[in-house]
Amino acid sequence: MAPHRARSGIGERVRRNEDARLLTGRALFVDDVRLDGLLHVAFLRSQHAHARLTSVDASAARTRLGVVAVYTAADLGDYWRPGPLLVPPPPIAGLVFNPCTQVPLAKDKLRHVGEPIAMVVAESRYVAEDALDDIVVEADPLPAVVHLEAALAPGAPRVHDHLPSNLAAHAVQRKGDWARAKARAHAVIKRRFRYDRGASAAIENRAVAAQWDPRAEELTVWDTTQAPIPIRNGLAQLLGLLESQVRVIAPFVGGGFGPKIMMFYPEEVLVPWAALRLGRSVKWTEDRQENFFATTQERGQIHDAELAVTKDGKILGVKDVFLHDTGAYDPYGLTVPINSQCTLLGPYDIPSYESEFTAVFTNKTIVTPVRGAGRQHGVFVIERLLDFAARELGMDRVEIRRRNLLRRDQFPFNNEILFQDSAPLTYDSGDYEPALDEALKVIDYERFVREEQPRLKAAGRHVGIGVVCYVEGTGIGPYEGARVTVEPSGRIRLATGVGTQGQGHFTVFAQIVADVLSVDVTDVHVITGDTREFHWGTGTFASRGAVVAGSACHAAAVRVREKILELASRELKAAAADLVLNGGRVHVRGDPKGGMALGALALRANPLRGAVRPGTEPGLEATAYFGPDRGSTANGVHAMVVEVDQETAQVEIKRYVVVHDCGRVINPMIVEGQIQGGVAHGIGNAFYEQLVYDDEGQLLNASFMDYLLPTATDVPNVETTHRETPSPLNPVGAKGVGEAGAIPTGALFAQAVEDALAGSGLEICEIPLSPNRLFELIHEAR
Amino acid sequence: MKPAPFDYFSPATVDEALALLDEHGGDAKPLAGGQSLIPAMNFRLARPAVLVDLNRIADLAYVRAAPGGVAIGAMTRQRAVERSDDVARAAPLLAEAMPSIAHPQIRNRGTLGGSIAHADPSAELPAVMLALDAQFRAKSATGERSIAAGEFFKGMLETALAPGELLVEIAVPRLPASSGTAFLEMARRHGDYALVGVAVVVTLDPRGRCQEAKLSLLSVGDGPVLATEAGKVLAGQSPSEELLRAAGDAAATRDVDPPSDIHASAAYRRQLVAVLTRRALARAFERAGHAHERDT
Amino acid sequence: MTLVCTVNGVRHERAVEPRLLLSDFLRHELGLTGTHVGCEHGVCGACTVLLDGEAVRSCLMFAVQAEGHELETVEGLSGGDASGDALHPLQAAFREAHGLQCGFCTPGVLMTLVPFLREHPDPDERAIREALSGNLCRCTGYQNIVAAVRLACGAAPRA
Repeated sequence: MAPHRARSGIGERVRRNEDARLLTGRALFVDDVRLDGLLHVAFLRSQHAHARLTSVDASAARTRLGVVAVYTAADLGDYWRPGPLLVPPPPIAGLVFNPCTQVPLAKDKLRHVGEPIAMVVAESRYVAEDALDDIVVEADPLPAVVHLEAALAPGAPRVHDHLPSNLAAHAVQRKGDWARAKARAHAVIKRRFRYDRGASAAIENRAVAAQWDPRAEELTVWDTTQAPIPIRNGLAQLLGLLESQVRVIAPFVGGGFGPKIMMFYPEEVLVPWAALRLGRSVKWTEDRQENFFATTQERGQIHDAELAVTKDGKILGVKDVFLHDTGAYDPYGLTVPINSQCTLLGPYDIPSYESEFTAVFTNKTIVTPVRGAGRQHGVFVIERLLDFAARELGMDRVEIRRRNLLRRDQFPFNNEILFQDSAPLTYDSGDYEPALDEALKVIDYERFVREEQPRLKAAGRHVGIGVVCYVEGTGIGPYEGARVTVEPSGRIRLATGVGTQGQGHFTVFAQIVADVLSVDVTDVHVITGDTREFHWGTGTFASRGAVVAGSACHAAAVRVREKILELASRELKAAAADLVLNGGRVHVRGDPKGGMALGALALRANPLRGAVRPGTEPGLEATAYFGPDRGSTANGVHAMVVEVDQETAQVEIKRYVVVHDCGRVINPMIVEGQIQGGVAHGIGNAFYEQLVYDDEGQLLNASFMDYLLPTATDVPNVETTHRETPSPLNPVGAKGVGEAGAIPTGALFAQAVEDALAGSGLEICEIPLSPNRLFELIHEAR
Repeated sequence: MKPAPFDYFSPATVDEALALLDEHGGDAKPLAGGQSLIPAMNFRLARPAVLVDLNRIADLAYVRAAPGGVAIGAMTRQRAVERSDDVARAAPLLAEAMPSIAHPQIRNRGTLGGSIAHADPSAELPAVMLALDAQFRAKSATGERSIAAGEFFKGMLETALAPGELLVEIAVPRLPASSGTAFLEMARRHGDYALVGVAVVVTLDPRGRCQEAKLSLLSVGDGPVLATEAGKVLAGQSPSEELLRAAGDAAATRDVDPPSDIHASAAYRRQLVAVLTRRALARAFERAGHAHERDT
Repeated sequence: MTLVCTVNGVRHERAVEPRLLLSDFLRHELGLTGTHVGCEHGVCGACTVLLDGEAVRSCLMFAVQAEGHELETVEGLSGGDASGDALHPLQAAFREAHGLQCGFCTPGVLMTLVPFLREHPDPDERAIREALSGNLCRCTGYQNIVAAVRLACGAAPRA
């Protein structure tokens, strides 16, 4: 008799274990933490985008009633140092890279609006904010570096005085022979593209709370971080403590999306330091206005790109030269522009590629990955080039894509250039054409273009359809770990290092373990984000949680399963091959009423008396690690039908279809949720969100009134179809999906809106759009 | 984003409130619904030293139908105005505009008088009041007076209210017979401040031609703007598609000089004025037509 | 000044500064941290609570303004059961339909929906989306929130 499938294992739409706490308001977020004698922090932040800081006088602030301390750079002494370079760039040949990392409090120079100058610690946040007005800052404004091309012009003001220019990095990646491809081409499509992104805008702002226990000599830090373990290790080093003396807890986190990664933000380094120094517990909670300056974001790139094609629409090569805005500092290396480089290749067979970028320092907030992390830019460029090529060659936009898709038999496919994980960009598995066909079928593409669109256009309505494809590198290393323990109650304890910001880790990881051990998913208790429980690993980013941590959970569960079978085989006097795990028990095949409960077995594995066999490990517990040597590649197709009101330039989304292949799906409900959320974010970036800076580097829309997140009336129902081409790179066969929904939306908007206004001569080479901007473009095209 | 400190008073009567405002002069600000003032205070853009909270003055919250129209106390919650049958009957334009104001959570606290006295050029209520020829009753420690809506809005966040003076009542006159109204706005998202909005009252003469058209625009200047040129185009004419288009164009080219900001350029605003005016007029004339059939 | 108000049926008397926001009063004075703060300028809706049964943004009220009023927060929805096992039908529907991911906006969404559903027990999708348009969510894309509401309506939620 084959083992019964576990209830609610891999592939099932399991309800989430974590929901009851979240729904009833019992879930702990960092600002909820209550500590005795808690002090509160406010930061005085730069009003200038670029200035020489000549003096900071906090004396009046220190005398205000309720203020406990005010710190400036001078007060930090040896503790003051620039933050770490978090992501060294990959070993690209000929790379130029100028690392400049952020400082905890400004000294000598102010490099972006919002850069912290002083830290006030007071009895309440209200009083701390009052004290900010008491601090006298003298600064000589300098011309601000705002626009990318102007930033590189000779004589431009320099963000970093020790560098000869605002060049943060320069990198070229190549494959094949572009010059030859261009020479051979029937047509070369050349355009300039601008792609701008925005803030991650998680509804929970950042927060850090710290408490030093002088008796235990332990520091506890609560942090809205996606990476508690690196934060712990970094803080221990900075503060001169043992790693084991520092406990970092990322409890429930209200959305991460990238910027809550291990930035070693000034606030993250200063709040624990202040707690130690003052011997008091200290908390800082970011407010929404601060979030626009103090939390990293993703911004613009300008691409000058060319596509060389044959008469039949086969791609011979692509050349892309682009500028990337990295903000005032570049601690996160070149992850974002490298993602742009790599993702441009898409699901297509592109024999020759030359991609050159210059990362540019500007007097704005630091740029680090935000959901999609630069992939959007690459997808926009290639998809738009294909659309323009199709138009020029008189081909259907779907047909030109189909002709260039990689075939099933071409995997693994080596794109040769380096990905963000420093390994050559290799597509591990994929099946692209069926995904395209599925999307076309679901949105009824043929019927729309042949019948519905002409009919509606004849009636004066401007409707259009878009279809775009993408490949997304996911599931990269370095590694994650997990520990699985069967407790005497029979319940399973699973600890892993990654935190959770809404992805359902409490459930998804539980499903993986439940599947291996044949228990109910609600019997697997997951602990994440607490370095005391598990302290090896990196964090959640780059769509890797389910793949890497999930695989570690799988490996640990498999090891525990082996231990169960080994011990049960002795206890039940049967061969391991004759044993079956089912419903929290282990029994001899054919004798379900016999056997033992896993909890009882766990007790047997931990005797209080007697001798144990040498080499035995107590209990039913195992720790395992998983580190892929490269990332796996997910892919998808998005399709959309829009209607444009030509008088008002308003765009209405009529249908939105996603076909997504993230390999083996652990929980379809959670995967759909990730896609729906990603699409909403993508729609925001495509049509609503823009960080508007003036020529002085001032952000003009630092509030939710003027920085527009899409609401429930702005986002359509997303029709999602799953495809599963398993990854050969991990035991679960999974690929990441956290960012997928957000990646192709800009390209899709541009294509669909252009299609709706076909014949107007309109070409959309920029994102974001808005009714206002669309109106301008329509008029320019006339 | 915590507000700066202030002294706080919560009087139970209008006279008490006026006395406090008189006593504290320029240091004091009245607090109505707080849905505009409190965010400004949280950003520390507004830092009144004294707040006089009007929310306990029960006498200021009422909706009273009268033969001449409807009278609404200044502290009446926007939600109450939205739900009022008296308002729906006597001032359908006001009823139509209410759901465009932000969201129910805001309208549950926001007041009719508060929004009017705040005079944000992008707000719906000032434009609606202008189109309806509302009369505002204002009270101070020394007396009382009535101010016509046309005299009330002086500029960006500026009204005819004198220091220490409180808006206490809004009187909306009944529409003439054979009238139709319409409210239309274009916002980026549901509930946002409009990029452009238009409030329209049209009245037909016995022969079904336009006797008078009153159009008021929001988000096109420092305050609500009466589209008098558009009104002239319409007066005495039979409504037709060309006429409505001409009125829209007149409003866009001659009645407004809209600002450019990060959400909309002046050119785009002009386009919206032309389009929304035309569409709102179509709706208003249709409704006037029904009223005309009823009334004749 | 002294403030006396009722929250989830429990009377509280506290000395507070006039400028203390209602959101901070609930979270830090009373320890009811289920109400969340996302923007402090009245746009995101995470801080939505019920004031005399109607939804309001607690970041746009001073605590002293709640004097004499009745407030309800998300903690009051599930009958105040400490173990939290008893979910309000609306909460149960959210769990069924995966109507939450990080959960930060969720209490505000729930408190917006309670009076809405009381007034509109059988709303169509458009009405639901309009009712939700004053609550920002960055995780779900709203689709499953709408699904949760429809599920709850089928199950006739407690008013």
